[in-house]
Formats: sequence, structure tokens, C-alpha cells
Amino acid sequence: MQSGTSKVSNWDVDKIRKDFPVLSREVNGKPLVYLDNGASSQVPQSVIDRTSKYLAEEHSNIHRGVHYLSQHATTAYEAAREKVKRFINAPDVKECIFIRGTTEGVNLIAFSYGRKFIGEGDEILVSQMEHHSNIIPWQMIAEEKGAVIRIIPMNERGELIIDEYEAMLNERTKMVAVTHVSNSLGTVNPVKQMIETAHKFGVPVCVDAAQSVPHFPVDVQDLDCDFFIFSGHKMFGPTGSGVMYGKRKWLDAMPPYQTGGGMIRTVSFEKTTFAPIPDKFEAGTPAIAAGIGLGAAIDYINAIDFEAAAAYEHELLEYATERLSDIPEVRIIGTAAEKASVLSFTIEGIHPHDIGTILDQQGIAIRAGHHCAQPVMKFFDIPATARASFAFYNTREEVDKLADAVQKVIEVFA
Amino acid sequence: MSELSDLYQEVILEHNKNPRNFRSIDDADKTALGNNPLCGDALEVYVKMDGDTIADVAFKGSGCAISKASASIMTQVIKGRSKDDAESLFDQFHKMVTGGLDVETEENDLGKLKIFAGVIEFPARVKCASLSWHTLHAALHGEEAISTE
Repeated sequence: MQSGTSKVSNWDVDKIRKDFPVLSREVNGKPLVYLDNGASSQVPQSVIDRTSKYLAEEHSNIHRGVHYLSQHATTAYEAAREKVKRFINAPDVKECIFIRGTTEGVNLIAFSYGRKFIGEGDEILVSQMEHHSNIIPWQMIAEEKGAVIRIIPMNERGELIIDEYEAMLNERTKMVAVTHVSNSLGTVNPVKQMIETAHKFGVPVCVDAAQSVPHFPVDVQDLDCDFFIFSGHKMFGPTGSGVMYGKRKWLDAMPPYQTGGGMIRTVSFEKTTFAPIPDKFEAGTPAIAAGIGLGAAIDYINAIDFEAAAAYEHELLEYATERLSDIPEVRIIGTAAEKASVLSFTIEGIHPHDIGTILDQQGIAIRAGHHCAQPVMKFFDIPATARASFAFYNTREEVDKLADAVQKVIEVFA
Repeated sequence: MSELSDLYQEVILEHNKNPRNFRSIDDADKTALGNNPLCGDALEVYVKMDGDTIADVAFKGSGCAISKASASIMTQVIKGRSKDDAESLFDQFHKMVTGGLDVETEENDLGKLKIFAGVIEFPARVKCASLSWHTLHAALHGEEAISTE
């Protein structure tokens, strides 16, 4: 492959880049090369405009005002929920719960589902490659209930060992919590197959989709997942927005996670009855502007050719893998056959933080650290990695800059 | 690149490669574990006292070039000094890397520790440079573990 050319013919990256104002700025005197999309993606002008318009012209509290603005805000917020439903192909818009982000979603499910359905001696399966936010809530509820956490193992490439997973399922298993795409390794897990197997044992599956929805189309009915959670700010929307999809049969049976205003049917000091979903799980005034902004981010994704974006991004990842693999001192962490967007690496004898600082001086933003996945670091026996994570607005020239800067790091430490 | 070369000076790179006093002290009087949970850096500092004097000091652990070089140079500088001297240096070092002390214009005893003055231009790295000092401070005060969070 030649530098600077893409084989994906129907992807005009220069045009796409113009949609994202931040991409034209400089950092440390150099054009910004933003390769930290796994932590948070950038925001297109259309999302900025929609959020600003709401704040400037439409803001009011939702669901309770009889006045014009409140009704208008409610309509806009609920329209965003409808967009979410279509985006993930949920059967019913009421199954789409707005949350602040993926972390809140996992906590909601662990505590609400867990308090009702998990008991002493029950088992919760989480994978070796989970983000801390898909480990700790389950540890907390397991401790509370006397349940056991079991770890779905992975191999040296960073792929889950599916045979072992299948052998772990039994009548005591009450939940499988697994990430769709690993934030530290980039592995795309075969969640559809894993869900099918879990369902043979009647076990629900909670999919952490924070790293998958920004990178390829998803369909919760095709996956048949029981819960599916993602954050708006990793898919070109605002922070403070996010979605927990859950099958109605679970959501109806689960108790509220937080209580307060907006989620009740009737309240007296003797007894409170709760509103039906989604309100039951949305106590208090939500992040209205963020929710509407998430709707605008979905509009943006729908307006581009998302399949072409995914193909282009994949090509970018392959090119970056090739460029970094050519550097003898570099070790790629996570070499699964199926990967998306994430390229984690280490350089022999150089700490990832030093890599991150030197790259930053070249205007290149990457993440250095354990990526909230300490069990993954322990598995590979490393303290941390440097991680470049791509979006469809990144370019092959940026990959070249990354590879050149990595060479420079090695020179500084030579 | 001038700021970058301020941070990664030859001396720092050299201490990173060949850290001094990079060992444990079996009969240490005081030890503490320092953690930077954000990046996973962890180091243990060992102190052997002779009365009020730091007779020996050493460290072990893993971290970036800045944290390792800082720990290495720290052990060189404080060995043979009194506990109060070490505390005073900790105070001055901390002020230097957080902007409270201009080593060029203000009086100080930092000597070769001034090499870390460039860290101030890199706010994300201040914790790396000061981890060993916080850990030493904890050891001298009988605390077993500290975290930079």
C-alpha cells in the first residue's frame, strides 16, 4: 500500500474532516493528529449546532411543563430516543433508557438486575479483557449477594477462548458481561455466538458496546442481546449522553436504580408506585442537551456512508499496524484476527508515558496508561501501553506521522 | 522541541537507563509504597536511619523515565543528609515542579535536582517527577503507602 492513498473509493476523508472543527487546529505548534478516539471522539459542527440551538432557543425542563418550551423540549428529547431506537434497531423505543454513559449503564444493570436476580453462590461471567467499568459493578453486587465472579479467559492474541467460555456456563450462571470491542486491545468479540450459547442456559448477556457503536453498524435484535450499553461521547456526540438498551422482559421485572422525580406513578408516605419504562430508570432531570446532541450525532452517522467509513477505518488500522510492525523495537499488544480501531503498543525499554509526552510535542494525541483494564496489562505482563485509536476522519498521512514520531521516541531514548 | 529537550535531558535519560540505588534495603527502618493509579507507576522507597541522618536510601519499582530518574537522583542527593534537610528539599522540589519556586531567580538548595525544573511545562508529568518524593515523605512519617490521587 502506498502512503496517502486509500482503496476505499467512496470515502472522501478530506470532506469529512471539514465537518469536525477541532481537526483544523494546531497543538504545540503542529497540526493536531487526534488518535485518542477510544477515549472520546470529536464532535461534528452539526452536533455543536443542534446542541447550541437547543440551549439558545428551546431549553426547558421536560415531561412536566404545560407550557410551550417544555413541550417542545420534551418532543426534541423523545425524538432523540426514537433515533436511538432506529440506530440500534431496538424493537421498542421504551427499551432505550437514556443514561450518562456506559459506566452508569453497567452500574444500573448490576445493581438493579443483580439485586433482583442474583443470589448466594450464583455466578457472573466477565471476560479477561473487560474495562474496569464492566468488572467493578459486578464485583460489588457479587460481594453484596455472596455470588462468584468467573473470568472468561483469552489467548496471547487477545481473543476470548470460546470453548472455555461455553464450558463455564451452567445453571448457576446469572449473567454474562462482555465487551463488544476491547478498549485496550481492539478485539471484536463474537458476541452474537456468545449470546446464543448463553441463552441455551437461559442466561442473559450484557454487552458493553462503548467501543463498537462508533465503528460499525449494530443491530440488537440480530445480536439478541439482553442489555446493550454505549456512550454518546465516543460516537461523535456530547459527554453526559448514553444509552442502555434492555429487553422489556428484564426492564419490567427490574427495580428502579435511582429514585426521585420523574420516575413515579403515585407517591404517598405509605407506598410509591413506579412509572413504566423508560421513565422508571430515568429519575431526575436528565442531560437534555446532551441527549438531543446524541440524536444529532446519530443523524450525522446516518448521513455518511457508515459501511464505507468502517471499511476505510479498517484499512487505516491495517496500515498503522503494518507501519508500526516495521519498527523492530515496537511490540503490538492485541493481535486478534478481528479488530476494530485500536492499536496498542509498547516500545522496549521506554515507558508509554514517555512515548505519549514526546508524541504530544509533535501534536499527536494518543493515550498512555492501563486504559482502565489492569487485568489486561497483568495478562501481558506490562505496566501500561501506548494506544492509538482511530476514527473515520483520520488519514494515512496521520498514520505516517505517528510512525515517524515513534521512530523519534526511539532516537531520544537511544 | 526545546521544551522537550528540557524534559528529557541527557542526565535524566542516563539515570533512567542506569538508576542509582535501585535495590531494596533488607534492614530498612522505614519503607513506603508509592502509587500513581492513573498510569500504574509503582515504587517502593527504603530508608535506613542513623539517628537523625539518612544513612542509606534506595528504591525499586516500575515507572516512566521521569519517575525513575527522579527517584534515582533523589536517593543520591539525600543520602547522608538529615531528615529535616530531606523534608526541606521535598518542599522545595514540590514548589519547583508546581510553579511555586523559580529556581533561576529565587534562593534554593536544590542543586542537581534543578534538572527537573522543565517538568513545569508538562503538567501531566508533575506526578511522575514527584512520586518518589511523596513516597519518601510518607516513609519518613511512618505511612506505609501513598497515592498521588
